Amino acid sequence: MKEIAVIGIGITKFGELWEKSLRDIAVESAMNCLDDSGIDRIDSINIGCMSSGLFNGQEHLSSMIADYLGRLDIPSTRVESACVSGGLAVRNACLEIAAGVSDYALAIGVEKMTDVSMGEATYALATAADQDYEAFHGITFPGLYAMLAIAHMEHYGTTREQLAQVAVKNHYNGSMNPNAQFPFKITQDTVLNSTMIADPLRLMDCSPVTDGAAAVLLTTVEKAKKLKKHPLVVITGFGSATDTIALSHRKKLTELKAVKTSAAKALQMAGKTIDDIDFAEVHDCFTIAEIMVLESMGIVDPGKGGPATLDGYTALDGKFPVNPSGGLKSKGHPVGATGVAQIFEVVNQLRANSGKRQIPGVKTGLAQNMGGSGGSSICHILEVK
Amino acid sequence: MVGIIGYGTQIPRYRIKVEEIAKVWGADADALSNGLNLFEKSVPAPDEDTATLSVSAAKNALTRAGIDPKLIGAVYVGSESHPYAVKPTGTIVSEALGICPYVHTADLEFACKAGTEGMFIALHLVKTGVMECALAIGADTSQGAPGDALEYSASAGAAAFLMGTKNIVAELVDTQCYMTDTPDFWRRENAHYPEHGGRFTGKPAYQKHVFGAVEAILEKTGMKPKNFDYLIFHQPNGKFPVQAAKQLGFTEAQYRYGLLTPTLGNTYSGSSPMGLAATLDEAGPDKLILLVSYGSGAGSDAFVFRTTKHLLKIQNLAPRVRKQLNEHLTYLEYGEYAKFRGKILKPE
Repeated sequence: MKEIAVIGIGITKFGELWEKSLRDIAVESAMNCLDDSGIDRIDSINIGCMSSGLFNGQEHLSSMIADYLGRLDIPSTRVESACVSGGLAVRNACLEIAAGVSDYALAIGVEKMTDVSMGEATYALATAADQDYEAFHGITFPGLYAMLAIAHMEHYGTTREQLAQVAVKNHYNGSMNPNAQFPFKITQDTVLNSTMIADPLRLMDCSPVTDGAAAVLLTTVEKAKKLKKHPLVVITGFGSATDTIALSHRKKLTELKAVKTSAAKALQMAGKTIDDIDFAEVHDCFTIAEIMVLESMGIVDPGKGGPATLDGYTALDGKFPVNPSGGLKSKGHPVGATGVAQIFEVVNQLRANSGKRQIPGVKTGLAQNMGGSGGSSICHILEVK
Repeated sequence: MVGIIGYGTQIPRYRIKVEEIAKVWGADADALSNGLNLFEKSVPAPDEDTATLSVSAAKNALTRAGIDPKLIGAVYVGSESHPYAVKPTGTIVSEALGICPYVHTADLEFACKAGTEGMFIALHLVKTGVMECALAIGADTSQGAPGDALEYSASAGAAAFLMGTKNIVAELVDTQCYMTDTPDFWRRENAHYPEHGGRFTGKPAYQKHVFGAVEAILEKTGMKPKNFDYLIFHQPNGKFPVQAAKQLGFTEAQYRYGLLTPTLGNTYSGSSPMGLAATLDEAGPDKLILLVSYGSGAGSDAFVFRTTKHLLKIQNLAPRVRKQLNEHLTYLEYGEYAKFRGKILKPE
C-alpha cells in the first residue's frame, strides 16, 4: 500500500451563492485546488454530493464535472452517503492512491442547496433518514437530533447552556474564516433566545442550508516529496463505519457508534491514540452532535462533552481545539462538500496557513464527517511531516 | 413644472394581529414581530376590493386638489389584486369618479411596484403636455397563502395621486428606474396565492434594486442622503426598509413618517405610495423627499419631490393616513379573517 499525501486544497466561499450554479462551484473549487497544488494533472475524479437530483434536478455529476473540468478521458465517480458524501469521496481517492491505480486523484465535494424552497430542502435532507420508519411519520433532522439531545440531557445532565456554547465557540472561530457563511460572533443569549425549532434545539443550534464546494488533490508521499510548494501533509489513517439508519433501532441514544468505530479504525491505522491528536474538525450539524462526537471519539469521557465545551477545553486556545474553521454551524454546511471542506481546514492548519484562526504548532489533525443521524461516519487523520 | 396636486388614501378599518395568525400556525409570534418589525395588518372587509379602495382614495385626492374630475386625462390603477383577470379596474374607478368617457385608463401590474409605475407614467404624460391632469393609484387587497410567511404581512389599502401643473404641492425634481429579470416572487395564471423564493427575496432582490435605484438617482441629481428631509422605501415588512435606509446612510428622522408597515402590513402596490402620502401629511414647505418603490420580478422606481407652500393648504382637506391607520379599528380573530379573505370554502 502506498502512502498518501495531500498536495492541493481548494474551496469556494460558503453561503447563498445566488449567482453561481452547481457546476460553477464544483469547477471553481477544483481549479483552486489545482492552482494550490501547482500540478496540472489528474488521473481520476471522485465527487461527493448528497442530492443534486432533488436540489438541482441534476444527476450524472461524474460526466458533468469531468466535462467542465475539461477531462473527458479519465474515471469520474460520484459517491453518496448523505452528509458523509464528501468524506467518502476523499476516502475513495485515498484508496486509489494507496492501490497505485491513480498517481493524482482529485476529490471534490459539492452541494448547491439554495435553488429550492426551504420545504424542498428539508425534504431532500430528510431522505437521509429512514423513509419507512422515520421520515414517513413526519420527522425531519432537527427532530431526530432533538431526541438525541433530550436523551443526552436526561442521561448525563447536559444543559441548554452547554449546547449553546458549541455554537458560540464555533461562531467565534468562524468569525476569522473569510469563506464562512456566517462569519460573526454570537453570544449565549443569541442562541438561547433564537426561534425554537425542535425542543430543545433552537435556530442557532442548527447548521444552515448552504451552497459551497471544496476539493483536495492526493498523490503518493513519494511523488509529493519532490514538490516543495507546501509543507508535506500525509493522510496516515482513515476509517469508516456505519450504524443503524433509524434511531429507533439503536441500543443507546447517548453515543454515536459509527463515530466511535470510524475514529478507532483511523487511529489504529495511523498507529496513534486520541491523545496524539492536536485538534479536530468534527461534524457539528447540530450543537448536540458536536458534544456526542467529542465523547464517541474519546476526546472526552462520556457525558463530559457539555462541561468540557463550557470550560473552553475545545476552544481555539483550549487543550483540544475543535472546529477551528467555524464548523458546520458558522462556516456553513453544503452537505456533500462538508467532508472535503474539513480536510481543507485540517491541511491548512497543518501548513500553518490559517491566518487569525491558526492553532500554533499543530502537527496532527483529525477530520470527522457524519451522515444522517450518525448512520455513517468517516474519520481521516492527517500529519505534517 | 409638474408634480403632485392632490393625494388621498384609504385603509380598511379591520386589523389582525401577528400573534393571532401565529397562534393558528403554532409559530413564534415574538420572533416574527421582533425579526420583521411587524405587529398587525389591515384586512379588507368582504365588500372591499381594489376598485372600491381605489375610488375612496381617489375621492380624497380629488377633494384635496379641488379640481373638476373631467380635467383628468388618464387613470392608472396599479395592483396585483385586480378584481377581474379580464376586465379593467381602471374603467370602474373612472366611471365611479365621474371621469369617463374622455379618459385613457390602464391597469398596471408589477408586484408591489405597480402604484409607482402609474405615478411615473402620469407625471411624464403631464410633463410632456399631452394632458392637464392624470391620476395614478396604487391599491391592493393582497393575499398570503395560509401559514406562509406572507400571511403575516399581506394587507390592504390604496393611495392615489393627482398629477398636474397648477397648484402643485410636491414638485417632481427627478426620477430614476432600476430593472432586471429577477424571479423572487410570482403568481402564475389561475393560481390563488403567490409564491416566493424565501431568502432570495432579500439581498439579490429587494436590496439590489432599492440600492441600485437610490445610488443611480443620487448620482444623477448630485444629491447625498443627508440632503433629503424625508425618505420612503417600499415596505414589505418593517425590517427591510429600515435596514436598507441605515446601510445607505439615512436616519430614522428621515423615514419615520413614511414607515407604516409595522401596524399596517404590506399594502403591495399601495405600500410606498401610502408612505409618501403619510409623509406629505406631516411635511412643511420646501422639503426634499426621496421615494423608492420595489416590485418583485424585479425593479425599483425612484422619485425626488420638493414640497411647496401650497401643501399646507390641502393637508387637512381629507383624512390623514395616521388617522385612517389608528382610529376606529376592529380587530378580527383568525376565523373571521379567514372568512373575510375567502379562505373558507363552502359546499356549493
